Amino acid sequence: MAKIFVLAEHRQGQIRDITYEMLTKAREIAEKTNSELTAIILGNNIAEQAKTLAEYAKTVILVQDPRLENFNSEAYKKILTKLITEHKPSLVMMGHTSYGIELAPRLAAALNTPLATDCIDLAFEGDTLTVTRQMYGGKVNVKATARKAETYMATIRQATFTPQKPEPPANGQITETPSPLTEETTEKRFLQYVLPPPGGVDITAAEKLVGVGRGVKDQANMPIMEELAKTLGAVLACSRPIVDKGWLPSDRQVGSSGKTVKPKLYIALGISGAFQHVLGMKSSDLIIAVNKDPKAPIFSFANYGIIEDLFKIVPSLKNKVNEFKTQKA
Amino acid sequence: MDVVVCVKHVPETAEAELKIDASGKTIEKTGLVFDINEWDDYALEEAVRIKEKQGGTVTAITIGTQDTESTLRKCLARGADTAIRLTDPKFENSDAYATAKILHATIKTLHYDLILTGMQAGDDGNAAVGPILAEMLGIPHATMVKKIELATGTAKVNRELEGGLEEQLEIKLPALFSVQTGINEPRYVSIMGIRKAMQKEIKIMTLAETGLTENDVGMAGSWINIQKLYVPPVEKQAEFLKGTPDEIAAKLTDILKSRGLI
Repeated sequence: MAKIFVLAEHRQGQIRDITYEMLTKAREIAEKTNSELTAIILGNNIAEQAKTLAEYAKTVILVQDPRLENFNSEAYKKILTKLITEHKPSLVMMGHTSYGIELAPRLAAALNTPLATDCIDLAFEGDTLTVTRQMYGGKVNVKATARKAETYMATIRQATFTPQKPEPPANGQITETPSPLTEETTEKRFLQYVLPPPGGVDITAAEKLVGVGRGVKDQANMPIMEELAKTLGAVLACSRPIVDKGWLPSDRQVGSSGKTVKPKLYIALGISGAFQHVLGMKSSDLIIAVNKDPKAPIFSFANYGIIEDLFKIVPSLKNKVNEFKTQKA
Repeated sequence: MDVVVCVKHVPETAEAELKIDASGKTIEKTGLVFDINEWDDYALEEAVRIKEKQGGTVTAITIGTQDTESTLRKCLARGADTAIRLTDPKFENSDAYATAKILHATIKTLHYDLILTGMQAGDDGNAAVGPILAEMLGIPHATMVKKIELATGTAKVNRELEGGLEEQLEIKLPALFSVQTGINEPRYVSIMGIRKAMQKEIKIMTLAETGLTENDVGMAGSWINIQKLYVPPVEKQAEFLKGTPDEIAAKLTDILKSRGLI
């Protein structure tokens, strides 16, 4: 029976959500193709985590080694090369995360296995893998097929599939395989985790956020945004480009590499809505988006949308809110 | 320290409205402004900073038609010493794997201590060329790099993980790092710099000169082939507020009032 591999992602003892998202999608593919779903977990002292995976997958392959205490793509590559060569799975799934981005392309090149990255959907059509992914920051979807091969590899976008535990649980069989590692990986060594600098502002605690993005265009325009936030009693937050440019400190960044926020109000100004940003703010109670591009993905997540130059809307809104506050006083 | 930087010439699409062309396999490029890929811009800046600190050379490489030379000129103006353009009609439709093969065929003939790439390209967003290239060259790599500290024979790099967390790795040189945005602040290029760069030669190499065959590159040499592009289906759409800016602002204020948000 063909096998589908899902590489479990875990950090500091915690299995990451992407693992369950992938297992859920992989189960669907396994059922359609009459394949066996296998979860792979590599690490040190992770037998408990393997048991959790057994609730989702028919089989769990567990490899434990003190040298796997922290993720190391070179060590993972060696072990997965061996497992893939032995088991010849039809599909290997990993997260399109800092885990999978580091590991999958190199592993695929080593095995000459067709790889599709950042997939938002995937299916077998016959024995060919077909994937859906995005280009141009999520503005265009792409349907693509992989070159015919015995094994395909795909990295999966986070928060694309809703995790669902099988009912009843899969009650999978855990197979512990001895680690094939014989020495430390010397060309690439993990040294330590580096925590973000302690921030002055906790945007996750704010009830109202004004999020600014690339559309702000110039650092000189930041005070206008700050003024609107102040008028609304909101805190200024932002998407990645604003932090990259140094216009706001990193503790203001909303998104997968920043903070996840759930304020009562989120006003997105000049933010197109790349999925990394959306991941961090889509659960806000009320989302208002201002963007010049009517097709900006942010409008799919906003309650109210305004297709207009933000520099026309921001001053008007500030005035109207001020007028209202004066009336009230 | 000799650094090779791989750069891509891409359309700026963050604020543009895109249309899919008649073939259904790419977007309409007319009217779009092309520039160096954002991530590669940071990689180039990092390379130039390393050269300024440690000496050595910076070589910028791209794959593409003649119009990609404006991106190479930018690299030269910023401080790259040499620029190479790999070009051949057969290179078209190359995916990340075929692209890495083309780069590999050239880079393996150069002397390098470090290879820098952007973590991904803003157009296809594969985030795969760098690590594939590292595998082909047989050198270690790190992706999503936000800090590089060089020592003798090794480098300490910080990789971006999630939620603001980073990991620090020690990697033996030569190595390939794919750079995340925000690693530095790319400099502006002076008019003088651009003028000087116009006189520098760009080395051009075709398929035959790379030693690859037709079957290694383009669609034939790729893992993944694009079937069609389409506008993402809209599952949910915002309620759009229309009118003059003042009318819109008044409507917004009413919404905020009714929800007790002001």
